[in-house]
Amino acid sequence: MDKQDSIFGKWSRRDLLKGLGSLPLIGGVWYAGAKVTGNAKSEKSFLLETLNIKASPPPPSGPMSGKPIRLGIIGFGIRGEQLCRALGFATTEWLDEMKANAEKNPKDNRLKDFLAQENLNIRLTGVCDIFDARAEKALRSFSRDDNKIKRYASHKEMVNSGEVDAVVIATPDHWHAPMAMDALNAGVNVYVEKPMTHNIAETYALRDVVKANPRLVFAVGHQHRQTQSFLTAQDVISKNILGHVSLIETNTNRNDDNGAWQYEIHPEASPSTIDWKAFLGNAPEAPFNLEHFFRWRKWWAYGSGLSGDLLTHDYDRVNCILKMGIPASVTASGGIYTHRDGRNVPDVLQVNMEFPEFTTGSSQEPGKERGMTFVYSATLGNQFDRGTIFMGHDGSMELGNSLTVYADPRSTKHNQLIKDGKIDPYVPVYQYDPAANGTDAVTSATAKYFANKGLLWTYRDGKRVDSTFLHLREWLSCIRNGGKPSCGIQEGFEEAISAHMAGLSYKIGRRIDWDASSEKIISLPGEDLDAILLANTEKVKVDSMA
Amino acid sequence: MRNVNLSQAQKTGLVLLRLLIGWHFLYEGVIKLYNPSWTARGYLLSAEFLKPVFVFLADDGLIGIVDSLNIGLLIIVGVMLMAGLKTSWAAIGGMLLLALYYLAHPPFTGVTQGPAEGTYWIVNKNLIELAALYVLYQFPTSTSFGVEALFRKSKIETA
Repeated sequence: MDKQDSIFGKWSRRDLLKGLGSLPLIGGVWYAGAKVTGNAKSEKSFLLETLNIKASPPPPSGPMSGKPIRLGIIGFGIRGEQLCRALGFATTEWLDEMKANAEKNPKDNRLKDFLAQENLNIRLTGVCDIFDARAEKALRSFSRDDNKIKRYASHKEMVNSGEVDAVVIATPDHWHAPMAMDALNAGVNVYVEKPMTHNIAETYALRDVVKANPRLVFAVGHQHRQTQSFLTAQDVISKNILGHVSLIETNTNRNDDNGAWQYEIHPEASPSTIDWKAFLGNAPEAPFNLEHFFRWRKWWAYGSGLSGDLLTHDYDRVNCILKMGIPASVTASGGIYTHRDGRNVPDVLQVNMEFPEFTTGSSQEPGKERGMTFVYSATLGNQFDRGTIFMGHDGSMELGNSLTVYADPRSTKHNQLIKDGKIDPYVPVYQYDPAANGTDAVTSATAKYFANKGLLWTYRDGKRVDSTFLHLREWLSCIRNGGKPSCGIQEGFEEAISAHMAGLSYKIGRRIDWDASSEKIISLPGEDLDAILLANTEKVKVDSMA
Repeated sequence: MRNVNLSQAQKTGLVLLRLLIGWHFLYEGVIKLYNPSWTARGYLLSAEFLKPVFVFLADDGLIGIVDSLNIGLLIIVGVMLMAGLKTSWAAIGGMLLLALYYLAHPPFTGVTQGPAEGTYWIVNKNLIELAALYVLYQFPTSTSFGVEALFRKSKIETA
């Protein structure tokens, strides 16, 4: 207004108000934003400090230097090819396909990631596959003038050739243990796919052979043990944040034919290109059958259906976190409800494993809490994502590639913090989210939504890595530098016995008990458990009074 | 400077709109600035429309720059709109950001909708805010309320 009112001469007070009036507002908004985030951060760091959860990667596996390890691959099917890629060997067909994909979509990084993978310093020296097309594919892709790869007619020839230091076994289940034992007896290191064994007797026999060869490294292919969120979960348990865990829910939900083991039948497959007798091995005599050869997971004679293929993953995931070992008893039920195509393994399966003496710790009076049930629930006819949940008196933990921990509203341990409003039981107290820049104690619904959207990679120190690669690398490092693989014979033994108990319970239709002192599955007089487990029928009628 | 003859009430309405949008931008920027674990990665990676573009932006090598640029632009646009400094430029910057947010998760039929506080089809709040910025671009008000008012005044006086 009046010029003389102005401190800046030419501008009146009104001018200044109009010109700079919004500046305090800007300051206010900035202050509010900084304060809100500051509060959230201090709440978060308070919680993180109180809970003290730390993502704890194991010591990285050792150097890959020295003489190259001479490696043989037994079984070059779907999984065999994947394992070879993780070892640094991709087929020409795969490379061409990925090159084409990358040209179509420049952000398809599969080829780039493969080429960037660390060299594990191995020489692929042998391949063994009883189907000509697959063995030839491996030779065509990997055999070079400076490194001729030999095709062996049988795994025995390969392991006794003196040309391999280590083998990767990716065959149907009924060949896992016999091949692993032959390899170990021949002084060859073994990486075997899961399930470790196909029957009970060979589970003990394989353990004996591994123990008799302490200098050889034996590993079972449960690669999820390398996943960061699982390592963090171990820390959550060891800090007793969940209190006494009484129930764990795990599951498989698939709803496609490939997921139900309806694998493709190769056009070149015929009695002249497949060594059928070698395929059968210890399985019951059967005429040549392409369904059996390519879709072997559907029959107890060669595979073990949900309990061997998928329960084993979930069991081992939890066993790697809790180390709860073999259940005292197992009950299972289910049926063939979604794929009535002649298979005899169930496609819907519910397994309850009881651990009456197990506890993850307690926050209540001593003696009140003890015992836990592990539930595996599966269907091959629906893919609703149910998540793996650890349910404790003090909290719940949802485990996947991301990891989310909630305090329980009725928790004893977190009672005070909940009362003080420092913990909201409906907001995660901790979240490890690979898509965020760090760990979050308090996170939004949006963050949870994205984390659960299936951005599924294994992360190590913020870097995306393939867990199968890490798992194989760990095995190779143990061979080179010594040490114990994270999934060795003890873990494999527990996995195999637990899975076989589930298979048995399904087949017989009764609870199967484990005698921990004698390390035996309890059978009724005259009952041959292996005969029941392997019987190539859906169910086995057992006279309980036998 | 465009020639527009607006009543005082109309100008007040436009200034209010400018301040509110500026406030929103600034607050969004500041919140992200002070939260080190914030990243647009999840938002970008889950894009379904123009997926390659947004997935490219979320690349390991780029996401740091993308996050910093986003935070920086949000704050700058917010401050400029509130302060009344080059508001036309700010409006363009703001529209650009909003267009990116909109296109990453547009409310189109057939595109998965993330969590939202309302229900939308084609039009959502990002798009409305974008249109509002277009109005501000067409009707600049920084000379009636804002830092530029001072200089306009001085220019007129010295003219």
